[in-house]
Amino acid sequence: MNFWTFVSQNRLEIADLTLEHLWMVGMSTLLALAVGIPLGILITRHPRLRKPVIAGANIIQTVPSLALFGFLLPAPWIGERATRLAILALMLYALLPLIRNTYAGITGVDRSVILAARGMGLTDWQLLFKVELPLAASVILAGVRVAIVISIGLATIAAAIGAGGLGELIFRGLAMVNNSVILAGAIPAALMALAADTLLGWLEKRFTPQLAD
Amino acid sequence: MTTASQEHPHMPEAAIEFRDVEYESSGRKIICALNLAINRGEILVLLGRSGSGKTTALKLVNRLLTLSGGEILVEGRDAKNWDVIKLRRHIGYAIQDVGLFPHYTVDRNIGLILSLERWNKEKIHARVQELLRLAGLNPELASRYPNQLSGGQRQRVGVARALAADPPILLMDEPFGALDPLTRADLQREFLSLQRKLQKTVLFVTHDLHEALRLGSRIALLEAGKLVSVGSPEEFLSSSDPLVKKYVEAFGSIEEARGRK
Repeated sequence: MNFWTFVSQNRLEIADLTLEHLWMVGMSTLLALAVGIPLGILITRHPRLRKPVIAGANIIQTVPSLALFGFLLPAPWIGERATRLAILALMLYALLPLIRNTYAGITGVDRSVILAARGMGLTDWQLLFKVELPLAASVILAGVRVAIVISIGLATIAAAIGAGGLGELIFRGLAMVNNSVILAGAIPAALMALAADTLLGWLEKRFTPQLAD
Repeated sequence: MTTASQEHPHMPEAAIEFRDVEYESSGRKIICALNLAINRGEILVLLGRSGSGKTTALKLVNRLLTLSGGEILVEGRDAKNWDVIKLRRHIGYAIQDVGLFPHYTVDRNIGLILSLERWNKEKIHARVQELLRLAGLNPELASRYPNQLSGGQRQRVGVARALAADPPILLMDEPFGALDPLTRADLQREFLSLQRKLQKTVLFVTHDLHEALRLGSRIALLEAGKLVSVGSPEEFLSSSDPLVKKYVEAFGSIEEARGRK
């Protein structure tokens, strides 16, 4: 069976799986943002937490993805639905680039800017929202970009635990020894990653602050 | 907004007073038993070589650093009893590296504190225009970003920003230190004439004797965290204190060396 015939005959299923894939990546990214950015900010305020937090995120990252999906299987509620589990695992993977870039972005802000801001009487929150986060935005967005691109690729493996997504086609194609089927999963995933990378790259550029000197 | 000096024109009371101030950082004494009063409306120059503790002394006043002993009175009240944000907004702060917000235009840099103080837009705009004029800046620069300014312009914006909320006290940490000699001389001259109008209480840190003589109502020499002498520029030049003499001579010999060429 030729690639194009397979795609045209199965376009509804491919569209469905693409949506599933997007849902997993989107949800996990949102959760990772909600956890990773505050954690990154936290470790700029409490340097003692920096090592354990980064080490924790690093360790998660070193666990092979298939194993991580497996480890989470016995978790209550999460384990009941493969999609929930996949979302949690993808979120955990996305944490490291988010925490690291948030930390690097904020600590990279020119010290004299922070000194002047504190000296003129900005509160901690004002310093964070008016100065540090806007100036760190491009570095944080670079982390988001990495996290999303990694997630899109990793989400294909979620099919192994029955979470659906474009990985379904890849695994099916592998089992059938049929390249057309593999490509029908791999190509949309690759295009999705490219699109996300381009979009976030554009955002990153837009948020790059005008630097003194 | 009225400044404290206008409320009490005849009060000799010090605007800032260091009482037995000590500061230690990781076991090292940076400031030892510092006693010094800065009178309302004067420019007191803290002079000293690198590492003498002058910048530290400044940062203790607006509590960017926390003292390890003694107390600092600001407007007669122990600095640690002030709400730290109120204290800092009562005190303008200008530093050598300026620290302008690179993501804000000049007018937003100057007006930030005013918008945090919930001034309305028209009032902020009017005040920013006034400050640009005071600082000798073309009002057209208001919409520029800091990286589009020259070093001298940036420092002027820094001073305008420090003056934004009309604080009665100014802390200035080598604000003109990074400028070329001509621009520096311009800014010093303009700062003096500005000061004649505004009558702020200024604590000014520098290592440059000429700047100290030029700007200071009084000069306080710090050496290794200790106060060596305080007095008017004339008193400073004629002092018999060996450390003061050494400092004066160091600058004298530079002049001589230049003269010989």
